[in-house]
Amino acid sequence: MPGLAGLLLAGLITVQAAPPIAPRPAPQSSPPIFQPGAPGAPARVISPAEAVELGRSSYTAADVAFMQHMIVHHAQAVEMVDLLETRAASPSVRLLARRIALSQAAEMELMRGWLAERGQPLEMPGMDHAGHAGMDHSAHAGHAMPASDTPLMAGMLSPRQMQALAAATGPGFDRLFLEGMIQHHRGAIDMVDALMTDPGAAQDTLLSDFAAAVVADQSAEILRMQSLLSDL
Amino acid sequence: MNVRSTLLSTVAVLGVLTAAATAQAQAPAAQVITADERTALSGGLNDAAQLASGMTLEHSVPPPPGFFDPDAIFAPPTSQAEGQALAARAASPSFSALGLANSDLALSNGRLFVGNFNGFNAYDVTRGGAPELVMSVVCPGGQGDVSVRGDLLFMSVEENRGRLDCGTAGAAGAVNAERFRGVRIFDISDLNAPRQIAAVQTCRGSHTHTLVPHPTDANVLYVYNSGTADVRQAAELDICTDGAPDQNPETALFSIDVIKVPLDAPQNAAIVSRPRIFADSETGRVAGLWRGGRAGVASQTTAQTNHCHDITVYPELNLAAGACSGNGILLDISNPEQPARVSDIFDPDMAYWHSATFNNAGDKVVFTDEWGGGIAARCQITDPATWGANMIATIQNRTLRGRAFHKLPSAQGADQNCVAHNGNIIPVPGRDLMVQAWYQGGVSVMDFTDPTKPLEIAYFDRGPVEEGKLFVAGSWSAYWLNGRIYSSEIARGLDVLRLVPNEHLSAAEIAAAEAVTAREINPQTQTRISWADTPDVAEAWLDQLARAPVAARPAIGSPIRDLVANAQTRAVLDKHLPGMTQNPAIAQVGQMTLAAIAPMSGGAITPAALAAIEADLAALPGDDRAALLPRVRAAIAQWRRGGRADRREAAALAGLLTTAASGVTGPDAARMQALAGLFQRRAG
Repeated sequence: MPGLAGLLLAGLITVQAAPPIAPRPAPQSSPPIFQPGAPGAPARVISPAEAVELGRSSYTAADVAFMQHMIVHHAQAVEMVDLLETRAASPSVRLLARRIALSQAAEMELMRGWLAERGQPLEMPGMDHAGHAGMDHSAHAGHAMPASDTPLMAGMLSPRQMQALAAATGPGFDRLFLEGMIQHHRGAIDMVDALMTDPGAAQDTLLSDFAAAVVADQSAEILRMQSLLSDL
Repeated sequence: MNVRSTLLSTVAVLGVLTAAATAQAQAPAAQVITADERTALSGGLNDAAQLASGMTLEHSVPPPPGFFDPDAIFAPPTSQAEGQALAARAASPSFSALGLANSDLALSNGRLFVGNFNGFNAYDVTRGGAPELVMSVVCPGGQGDVSVRGDLLFMSVEENRGRLDCGTAGAAGAVNAERFRGVRIFDISDLNAPRQIAAVQTCRGSHTHTLVPHPTDANVLYVYNSGTADVRQAAELDICTDGAPDQNPETALFSIDVIKVPLDAPQNAAIVSRPRIFADSETGRVAGLWRGGRAGVASQTTAQTNHCHDITVYPELNLAAGACSGNGILLDISNPEQPARVSDIFDPDMAYWHSATFNNAGDKVVFTDEWGGGIAARCQITDPATWGANMIATIQNRTLRGRAFHKLPSAQGADQNCVAHNGNIIPVPGRDLMVQAWYQGGVSVMDFTDPTKPLEIAYFDRGPVEEGKLFVAGSWSAYWLNGRIYSSEIARGLDVLRLVPNEHLSAAEIAAAEAVTAREINPQTQTRISWADTPDVAEAWLDQLARAPVAARPAIGSPIRDLVANAQTRAVLDKHLPGMTQNPAIAQVGQMTLAAIAPMSGGAITPAALAAIEADLAALPGDDRAALLPRVRAAIAQWRRGGRADRREAAALAGLLTTAASGVTGPDAARMQALAGLFQRRAG
């Protein structure tokens, strides 16, 4: 790597294959760890093991269902963006859609990882359309079977809506896409809302952080889509 | 970015020049993200390879006892089979990559407070060596954003698991009187007996908060709280109701919380207002931003949002910059209880406005875009350089304008979470530098002195926690605090970095920055930095003047804005075209030449005037800094040697620098003026 060598010679870069500072051995007597009480109450001193235990968080069946459900939900957004590639008109819609697809795909990875690490199935029992979210076969085949008005689950587009989207092009597609994706994103936010009112749910830190990111990102995207929609 | 569309709409308003200006009004090319030397560093929690440029890792302090969970955090199962095996061993396997994550930093009286999702740690950083742990506090609830004022420490809590008593047990019920989401206040006057003294509950918890001093009453401190999560039920906290403002005027959405803290009785801290900072200034409509364009779609259907993620205040300017979900906003905080929005911007490339940092002069703001929330790998080579980046905005007449994007210029792998994150200003006089955390993208220093050409000048990076697998880790916050960069590593503890000179930054510039100290630093509460008259400060300006390419003097064919910006050429314009440089419309044709606008000037710019201007411009003296700078350097060297000030030479240099400053523009003019002022004071 001559570029790197040149930089090294110039003294601009220091490379260290191993950390220069080894982790320090635990000191003889560590400073105290306090667990405060409620406001006004004194703190108590706890052990490192107790501190670690307090940092651990558990999860519930509702958390697991939330993640499984959200994977299916996100898959539909990716599917909608796939349709957009050959149908959309507006560059602004394409730009936003590309970001949505990247985000939702990465979040699906995160959710799958979360479930796998906890030994949980990636799919909800009884839900066998997980990889094929909401697009029934009539839409692909493009012929007469009337598509259902019932979405696979709340917060998703119905097969009929997906079929209409697949049949549209140009500005008409853009409008259906934006309206559909707004509905879709609202569904995700509603799922978070429902989770957060469930007793004991969302205690897990990563899940909590993820759920907050879903609300934040998707509400910002909804606003963006509403703005685009009004400009069509 | 919106630079383009703003310029185009300006031209449209003018109703002229559309074709000519379209070609001119291109936004600067976005920085390209490419693979470089730090892209493929080898991985490891404790032994990842490291690479640095322009800085060096001075100390690396691992997480203290009680803040590292070897069984849980970094040895989770990597397959479903392993996960099932673990689930079979433990009734409820409990691990979360963020449960013990380090987060934000604050410094007070030689103590560095490192926030953590599980509490906070206090380190003594006065001794020059590695930070020494003083004590730890465990109080779970995330994110653990911390601020300090005197004997009080403030901490943000947003998760459902937060409890008033800092425990985790007893979480029964959707409505739980013991649940705590909001801002905790601790008394840290005795680090051997910290005590929680108040816990201010808020409707959306506390994701971040910002301390705001009262303009006159030293006994009053305000806290701006930004909650980003779902709205709690009224049964749990009676001030909280959800819903769109059109249906529910009392909705907890679309506001921030202003908490008033009487410093002599901080236990009485309470929410004093929930200002509608997104309201339309004319109609009072709560959802004033995002009216949804002409059709008003957004206002009819908005269900969630709006909120701020983070607010940075600059009390000396009575300003706050808010990074608020879909917008960047500027607030007048003359009355801290009722902040009033004075400007807002939007940009289609910004996914989620996350944080804001003013430059020292307060005429620029760096907004970050935390696309993906920080838990995703968003610095990959396939990711656009304008997404998950910094946006440099300028402030003119209290109006924000986006100027350029800057992203970490190094592609990172799919196994490294990376996006723009927290940073602050490095106080090098004469330049706008910001050090910043990019999660596993590392720590990076950006020069944004020229808001249209931000540039990385230093970095530190480690390889991933584990090659091929994404663990949430990396630098959460990287701040310049009294001469060093402190970086809270989510998983690996606390890093201390020291700047080292390189081609972009001189020893004197670093020394001048290191000499700036403050007793208390909360990075979201910015204070104006001023520099003492020292040889280092003088040499810092001098080094910048020597480093900058000598710009050619604007000539008759230069863009009008360059002719106006340069004092000497502006005087020529004023002589031949009186009043033109004061015309507000001049800014809108600034990229064009005099010859180009002459046909549209209604006869004001005649061929004769152009010829006269050209002749006068050609007769101006050139930039003679090449002759001047060695003389300034000699004077600084003499100063360093400690000799008596040569007052006559100092006075002469002050005069020469003042003259030279009038012939240059932008930062170089300011540097020359600053040096002239300094030598004037030396002259006595």
